[in-house]
Amino acid sequence: MPDGQERKGAIGRFLALPTDSVPKTLFVAIAVCLVASMIVSAAAVALRPTQAVNSLKDKQINILQVAGIYDPAQDVVEAFSAFEPHILELDTGTFTQQFDVATFDDRDVADDPATSVALTEDPAGIGRQGKYVTVYLLRDEAGNIDKVVLPIHGYGLWSTLYGFIALEENGNDIFGLQFYEHAETPGLGAEVDNPRWKALWKGKKLADDTGTLQISVTKTAPAAGKEFHIDALAGATLTTVGVHNLVNFWMGEAGYQLFLDNLKAGNV
Amino acid sequence: MAHKRVEMLTDPLVDNNPITLQVLGICSALAVTSSLQVAFVMTIAVTLVTGFSSMFISMIRNHIPGSIRIIVQMVIIASLVILVDQVLKAYAFEISKTLSVFVGLIITNCIVMGRAEAFAMKNPPLDSFVDGVGNGLGYGLILMLVGFFRELFGSGSLFGITILETVNNGGWYVPNGLLLLPPSAFFIIGLIIWAFRSWKPAQVEEREYKIQTVEAH
Repeated sequence: MPDGQERKGAIGRFLALPTDSVPKTLFVAIAVCLVASMIVSAAAVALRPTQAVNSLKDKQINILQVAGIYDPAQDVVEAFSAFEPHILELDTGTFTQQFDVATFDDRDVADDPATSVALTEDPAGIGRQGKYVTVYLLRDEAGNIDKVVLPIHGYGLWSTLYGFIALEENGNDIFGLQFYEHAETPGLGAEVDNPRWKALWKGKKLADDTGTLQISVTKTAPAAGKEFHIDALAGATLTTVGVHNLVNFWMGEAGYQLFLDNLKAGNV
Repeated sequence: MAHKRVEMLTDPLVDNNPITLQVLGICSALAVTSSLQVAFVMTIAVTLVTGFSSMFISMIRNHIPGSIRIIVQMVIIASLVILVDQVLKAYAFEISKTLSVFVGLIITNCIVMGRAEAFAMKNPPLDSFVDGVGNGLGYGLILMLVGFFRELFGSGSLFGITILETVNNGGWYVPNGLLLLPPSAFFIIGLIIWAFRSWKPAQVEEREYKIQTVEAH
């Protein structure tokens, strides 16, 4: 559209202004921003349902992977039905029926003051902790609990890491640990996704024979022994410290300890 | 005119390739070329963004005040990049996780800005679109070439399909781990530039610090 052409209306008058004049500059800046923001927000809103389905599927794949039963050839929803989801009340360490598992959202619950507590002692850096979380049980063919998958999260260097830890039926042996959402530095902190590092977790123990939590993610092995120690990621000290803290937090008193005690006692 | 457009589309593939001749946009070329699938998605994303951003910028080029032209270009480019990112998250979630920050970084890809500033601001929309697509494809061509070597010799596969059975999977091929690391892309891009310039000596830069001129569009 060449300049100087006769137009009617406010927009036309603006367009006819000399390009480098102040009003025209303001007009172009505002118009471009308005149009761009409308397009971007329309796309974001329109695509959100599809994205939500994807991230749910991704979460389910992660739960399958951490429990070691992920098969890419199998349908995710079908494979996921092997799990038995339960809402766990952390204060009692028992399952509660007051929520519907299908619509329960851990993060909404953690944000809602009615169902969460503000932490004063907060080594994991999560601010508020939900009183209820979704846990997943995997049973063997005889109907006995084979593995439990527990959600964990905590702050690393740049971001909150969201993940799962899978424990054996004794509630003390780690089967696997995996994060499905984080924004740590690619190549350094993001190596928490490295399969070789994740493999280090398998077979480690949370607590010693006296029940004291000994698990650590540090550079040097602690006195407690190698079965409680996961080697830190090189070049990712703060992410590693974050992982160490969040695992200790969630496996400790404020986290799943009561539930794990119940599990060990066979009360689940 | 039609002939000229075809030239505009093919010229950036070899003769005026944004990576090998102008040495632009190599940062993302290092990051997303360890597998062909990811490189392919990145190629499409960059081609769409360069094409459409050039087109839109060209459509309003007579109304963009000189004082804010770069920021107007950035707004248009950034919106398109967000659009691409959202679509990827909705329809190619796995790949969008692998590409992670690099989709967002298309905004800072010098090729997109370069075409907007050098071409779209002075040429009509259709020509700008063709020029943008051509440059996106030129970038993609190198991406795919680099990805081909890195994936084939780094993990023994192409597009995730095993070609050379690796030792880990009981085969005979010992994969070259270096090729999966970003520095290897530097070496491969360097070799490609060398190959291109040996093939087309006109691309060799002169010793003096002269600004090089290549056959105009």
